[in-house]
Amino acid sequence: MLKPAAPADQTAIQIEATPPKHTAHNLPDTPVVVIQPGSAWSALNLRELWAYRELLFFLTWRDVKVRYKQTALGVAWAIMQPLFTMLIFSLLFGRLAGMNTKTGGIPYPVFAYAGLLPWTFFANAVTTSGNSLVGSANLITKVYFPRMIIPGASVAAGLVDFSIAFVLLIGLMFYYKVALTWNLLLFPVLVLLTSLLALGVGMWLSALNVKYRDIRFALPFLVQLWMFASPVFYPSNLLPEKWRVVFQFNPLVGIIDGYRSSLFGQPIDWTALALSALLTTLMLVYAAYSFRRMEKTFADIV
Amino acid sequence: MKPIVKVEHLSKQYQIGAREAAYGTLRESIVDLARAPFQRLRGRTSDATNQTIWALKDVGFEIEPGEVVGIIGRNGAGKSTILKILSRITEPTTGKVELYGRVGSLLEVGTGFHPELTGRENIFLNGSILGMGRHDITSKFDEIVAFAEIEKFIDTPVKRYSSGMYVRLAFAVAAHLEPEIMLIDEVLAVGDARFQRKCLTKMQDVGKQGHTVLFVSHNMSAITRLCPRTILFDQGRVLSDGPSHVVAREYLREGLGTTAAREWTDSSKAPSSEVVRLRAVRVRDEKGEVTGVMDISKPIAIEMEFVVLQGGYELTPNYHFLNEQGEYVFVTADNDPAWFNRPRPAGCFISTAWIPGNLLAEGTMMVGAAVTTREPEIIHVFERDAVAFQVVDSMDGNSVRGDYSGHIPGVIRPLLQWETRYTSEQCEIVAGGTPR
Repeated sequence: MLKPAAPADQTAIQIEATPPKHTAHNLPDTPVVVIQPGSAWSALNLRELWAYRELLFFLTWRDVKVRYKQTALGVAWAIMQPLFTMLIFSLLFGRLAGMNTKTGGIPYPVFAYAGLLPWTFFANAVTTSGNSLVGSANLITKVYFPRMIIPGASVAAGLVDFSIAFVLLIGLMFYYKVALTWNLLLFPVLVLLTSLLALGVGMWLSALNVKYRDIRFALPFLVQLWMFASPVFYPSNLLPEKWRVVFQFNPLVGIIDGYRSSLFGQPIDWTALALSALLTTLMLVYAAYSFRRMEKTFADIV
Repeated sequence: MKPIVKVEHLSKQYQIGAREAAYGTLRESIVDLARAPFQRLRGRTSDATNQTIWALKDVGFEIEPGEVVGIIGRNGAGKSTILKILSRITEPTTGKVELYGRVGSLLEVGTGFHPELTGRENIFLNGSILGMGRHDITSKFDEIVAFAEIEKFIDTPVKRYSSGMYVRLAFAVAAHLEPEIMLIDEVLAVGDARFQRKCLTKMQDVGKQGHTVLFVSHNMSAITRLCPRTILFDQGRVLSDGPSHVVAREYLREGLGTTAAREWTDSSKAPSSEVVRLRAVRVRDEKGEVTGVMDISKPIAIEMEFVVLQGGYELTPNYHFLNEQGEYVFVTADNDPAWFNRPRPAGCFISTAWIPGNLLAEGTMMVGAAVTTREPEIIHVFERDAVAFQVVDSMDGNSVRGDYSGHIPGVIRPLLQWETRYTSEQCEIVAGGTPR
């Protein structure tokens, strides 16, 4: 009733005559957002995640910026952590335990560093993202955005440290004259796989952490155990053949072995890698599902 | 017109003490799990599930595009919960909300500010957290900095900012959000008065540009000034919804503002010393009714009921008035000649102080009640923030405000007698002389 039917040729003029401030009143026919208990929120809304990609960028950027503020050594810490661990491992396991003869001809320091590089990234990413939601309580209770962005940003920030520590690996490889092969093409895929696994584990733990603060205490312990269960300072073939299959159900086994194969040109164990990829996908899907389920109560209980 | 916000039968249930209970540890959950079947056998469930409250109960309203609507109610009335649901921070238990536009919420000033980052960096971080795109922020950057008046410190970490600068920057970012629906919670209760005024003006501009604003506050005066329409919440329900001056009157009548009376029935919990024990502190209007909302033009009585447990002391009851910014507005002490400088016997006393109408400014006033001895000085009891009341201008023309709707600064607002004479047609200033 408000708008009398107008001839078609006049509508164009009408639109032009409308002052811009009224555009806000031309409401869409369907709601932009429907808020209801349950259903509408439970689906994984990838389009919404995409819409918030800039926030992911800014939160990652903040984590990176803040991490080394007011430290004397700054970004050098990203290298120091794997470097010193490598030196200690070289002395302890390489020399004293005599592991340097079992690395398939690769000098132990570079062998250990190639394992420590993804491991340090994974361990830090899981730890920081596992604690990220609780640490962002002020955001969660005050602003809406897809909560997955918070643990996601922690993992992404870890990637920055990873790239810095990677520079040292290049140096080590040159120093020990490790020949490069086409296997290197696998490297980016492995980085992606590591990130996704870290995201899956970190996201799941972060959501649990909101409800059960036990996670905060269990996390460092869990991470330590996980390191011993992964071929970080020892080669996988150190294990007896019959146990190796069980061992490979730790998705990091295929991934870390993959890193070494890719860097040192050793044959790639495709079955182990495929198993890791499958386990990572399963972990990620389960984590996303349970995160969405727990997400609804975050603001009320964090 | 079609509504931009449509709320239907919205309810939200909280578990009392949910914060503590839900923290839980795995062990507790496992123990609960093991215990649950036995409890069911005994015909009772765990205490936690029984202790629930409805923060919102069957709430419904519609808001048209371009409306600026105030939401008011006392603490726990559900006004913050409705805002949290509308901004999707928490989920309703039942009901439905339809939003026909992008929502921006401002539940706190400076959400996500990081002290280690500079002003410049925080503008980008905070802007993106509040839902602004990077290009949006870049294009409004200079405007935000100018609005916050922090040009010189833009590359200084915000941890070195004064609290005023911090708040100004935080609000400046928020004020430049341009969502179709803006949700604002009490954030204006910060910053100095001049900056508050600036923010209010900016918010009014937002309303005029056709944006829809929902403004939650316990400050009735801010709401009547800013919002043509107000929704009054009480105990999770909509008590009243209509033009602000009508709702304001209802708010006044219901006395929903604050704790207008404190009575200590349990003497062991009452503020007391060996000499004096407080029994009650009340705020009454001129008709003698206990109410927490006062008309600015009417006198207010503050009443203190106390017991003298040990006779023989000279006692002076006194009241301390602080406004919502925490400023000490004034102190008043009993000067009734009947008891001035006279030792009091044991027994019950009631002391009342009358504050004349048109003295206090609009806003919330916290009253501390004390009983002291002057010489030697002994503070027998002092209950800070014993009661509180709100001073509201109903804009009926009997106050300083008259029909002016803007911000009036000042800690008090006395209605003074003014006299203006027309002296002469020619106004040459005579140096050193007084005009005749």
